[in-house]
Amino acid sequence: METWMPETYDDAITQSRALFEDLTYTYPREWKAKADTRRLIGYLPIYIPREIIHALDMLPVGLFGAGDRLPVVRGDAFFQSYICHLPRTVIELALNGNLDDFDGFIFPSICDVIRNLSGIFRMKMGDRYVRYLDFPQNFNPEVGGTYYRSELERLIDDLSKLNGVVLTNSALNKAIHLYNRNRNLLQRLDSIRVDRPHVVSATDFYLIRRAGQILEVEECNRFWQRVIDLADSIVREPEDKIRVVVSGSFCEQPPLGLIKTIENAGCYIVEDDFQLGLNWFRHELPADTDDPLGVLVDAYLNHSPASSAVYTTEEARGKALLSQVQEQKADGVIFCAPSFCDPALLDRPALEQSMDQNHIKHFSFQYHENLGQFHVIKEQAGTFADMVKLWE
Amino acid sequence: MNQQKQAGTIKIQKENSMLKQKQMLAEHFMALSQVRETGKKVVYTFVPGNLTELIYTFDMLPVYPEINALQSGMRKKSHDYIREAEDLGYSEDVCSYVKCDIGMMLQGNIGPTGQKLPDPDILLLSYTGCFVFMKWFENLKQLYPNAEIAMLHIPYQEAGRIEPDAVNYIKKQLLSEVIPVFEKVSGTSFEEKVLAKKMDLSAQAEDLLIEVFDSAQQKPSPIDAYFGGVYYIGPIFTAFRGSESCVDYYRELVKDVDYRIQNKLGPLTPDGYLEQEQYRLVVEGPPNWTHFRNFWKIFYDQGAVFVGSSYTRVGGVYDDGFRHSPDDPLRSLAEYCLGCYTNRNLPQRIDLLERFIRRYHADGFLVNSIKSCNSFSAGQLVMMRDLEERLQIPVGFIETDLVDPRYYSYSNIKNRLDSFFQMLDQRHTVRVTDDWLSDDVLA
Ligand code: SF4
Ligand code: SF4
Repeated sequence: METWMPETYDDAITQSRALFEDLTYTYPREWKAKADTRRLIGYLPIYIPREIIHALDMLPVGLFGAGDRLPVVRGDAFFQSYICHLPRTVIELALNGNLDDFDGFIFPSICDVIRNLSGIFRMKMGDRYVRYLDFPQNFNPEVGGTYYRSELERLIDDLSKLNGVVLTNSALNKAIHLYNRNRNLLQRLDSIRVDRPHVVSATDFYLIRRAGQILEVEECNRFWQRVIDLADSIVREPEDKIRVVVSGSFCEQPPLGLIKTIENAGCYIVEDDFQLGLNWFRHELPADTDDPLGVLVDAYLNHSPASSAVYTTEEARGKALLSQVQEQKADGVIFCAPSFCDPALLDRPALEQSMDQNHIKHFSFQYHENLGQFHVIKEQAGTFADMVKLWE
Repeated sequence: MNQQKQAGTIKIQKENSMLKQKQMLAEHFMALSQVRETGKKVVYTFVPGNLTELIYTFDMLPVYPEINALQSGMRKKSHDYIREAEDLGYSEDVCSYVKCDIGMMLQGNIGPTGQKLPDPDILLLSYTGCFVFMKWFENLKQLYPNAEIAMLHIPYQEAGRIEPDAVNYIKKQLLSEVIPVFEKVSGTSFEEKVLAKKMDLSAQAEDLLIEVFDSAQQKPSPIDAYFGGVYYIGPIFTAFRGSESCVDYYRELVKDVDYRIQNKLGPLTPDGYLEQEQYRLVVEGPPNWTHFRNFWKIFYDQGAVFVGSSYTRVGGVYDDGFRHSPDDPLRSLAEYCLGCYTNRNLPQRIDLLERFIRRYHADGFLVNSIKSCNSFSAGQLVMMRDLEERLQIPVGFIETDLVDPRYYSYSNIKNRLDSFFQMLDQRHTVRVTDDWLSDDVLA
């Protein structure tokens, strides 16, 4: 089994890439084989409270489809051409047996496609645990909070039945502590790419971060700490590129080639929402309370980001994007959303308007996770970068 | 009954219920156009999980943007409205109802009767069975910054049952979020007994509605549960549930349907009563509105009748016994919202369709897949194959859109339906007994 203590930065990227490309989920399967009580729980974008799963001796594994790494043979028979691509590769993985070692799947409420996909899983993977997790859109602790807590309690009960492990406060506190550290390390990695995007490229950052969707949290923390140390010592010259925020890719992921194309076209990506759930909370959660479940509930109600999955006003979402632009000293925004993605595409007009009002330059396009041709996007991104530089 | 026999055929004028519907809708839109004078408050809300009884409890008037959008589709206005929204940055890929609605508002918000619709005093986001509703209202909030927002989140029936926690959650939202906004805007205090009375009237109308839907057990079926379903069986339900006039309407409709049964008449189509019932179908998915008549004609020209449809259950499912109840009316509203068709999980949706196919003795099952509606479309192919396997029934599949005329291709639809009808014909000839699908299992 891999050790997650790479010798060099390049080794770290190679390891991360191998993990990303492995659609047979070797790491989770090997992890599970180490103890009888261990279970694998797959989850779909965007956010789920992974702390609970970890505290029950289970590995939460992010399922983001298979991008351009798996030909879709059976998945197309499940979804019409005008439905986004992600559910096709998820179902393809399931039908091909790649998810056979998984014990359960959680579908967070983000859109109707994920919601109905949970029903398809109930029908096709009925011997596993399948759960659509409804996050409250009411943020009053007495109302939405009580409801969310009851949802989580039901989740805990159900998961416990899979391995007989009973959740304790101390295990959940410990998990909260570990995920606090995990988020903190991710923020540190993030600040390296913000401060020195010529050192940690967008694709590198993507791959490193993606490891956080699979590795056990302790292992991930050691790995990310190591990557930070290695990245700190890299010396490279910055290039003449503009700084951009990429918005709208929180669920179906753009192919790596697309991320690279944006960078090669002259744009450093200094903020994005590619794997938003990993960093859902930007501050430390209390990790030593008598009510750790209450901590997770409170965090969701009060500290969720202004994402497309959470009910808020378009104005709040516009402000959140604006502050990202300002904080990361970005020169512009690229709206980059999957085709047919209702949540991202319905938010776009208001966000564009908000950028216009604040004189932030932007352009937009749509993609599929298995897009293979990038020349049009390369041209658009290149023109955008040139235009921004011209107006600087 | 406004019909007369002429040379052996029934000459259609309009049935009494239709005339009543027309009058009720005209009065509703008139009331909306007069809110400045009357001071009545206006609530924009959605059809699935609508709280019509509660809105009328506060003497306010509901407006349904989805219905405006479909009306725009029927009046051939949707293309312009959609273009207007796309010019503003809305993608071609997203729900065309949203774009049509936003385009209509941007072009002056002229309603189906040609009168300007009033701005909303309340945006009641009862978000049931479709995530887009949430986005839609976030966008409307921008267009109407002065409207009060009342948000009602309805959890999904993910496990195929109504969870007690979900009911409590909805009740609490009604008490802490929705009713206070209604009280503030209307200036009226909430009285549970007023609501209870309306719930009782709703239940009466629901009994009658089910009587109408169940008439499709007859052969020939006196109703078309899809085109007729959305044309004259369903609409009154959404706009007027909880009122005496709604009950009167359905009493009238039952009489009209009884008349057809007694006279062995098929459903009323734009070209008269359907004379020869050839195929009995159940359909999943919304209809196309931009070519409604043309679309319907493809079916009735072939003698195809829809004896069951899922779309007519988006505003509530009453087939399994649920009725609005005056006892604990807020709980009843919660259960109503949770039970709407698209708020049920996929296996439940399939079970309901199976029930329709068996109960109404359908020969075939058809999916009309809507390009821009994920809430319906995602999973339909699985539903179709599952029903085909379960019931060994011919299945058909066509694609249209709700209100985007660019996605209505007559020749495509016609070709696919011709093959489907051929399949049904073959099936007819090999079928051993007429009652191969019994409804015993429904007991
Ligand atoms: S890409 Fe968008 S539409 Fe598709 S599953 Fe994800 S959130 Fe839903
Ligand atoms: S996606 Fe479908 S259910 Fe949702 S608002 Fe649009 S038409 Fe209605």
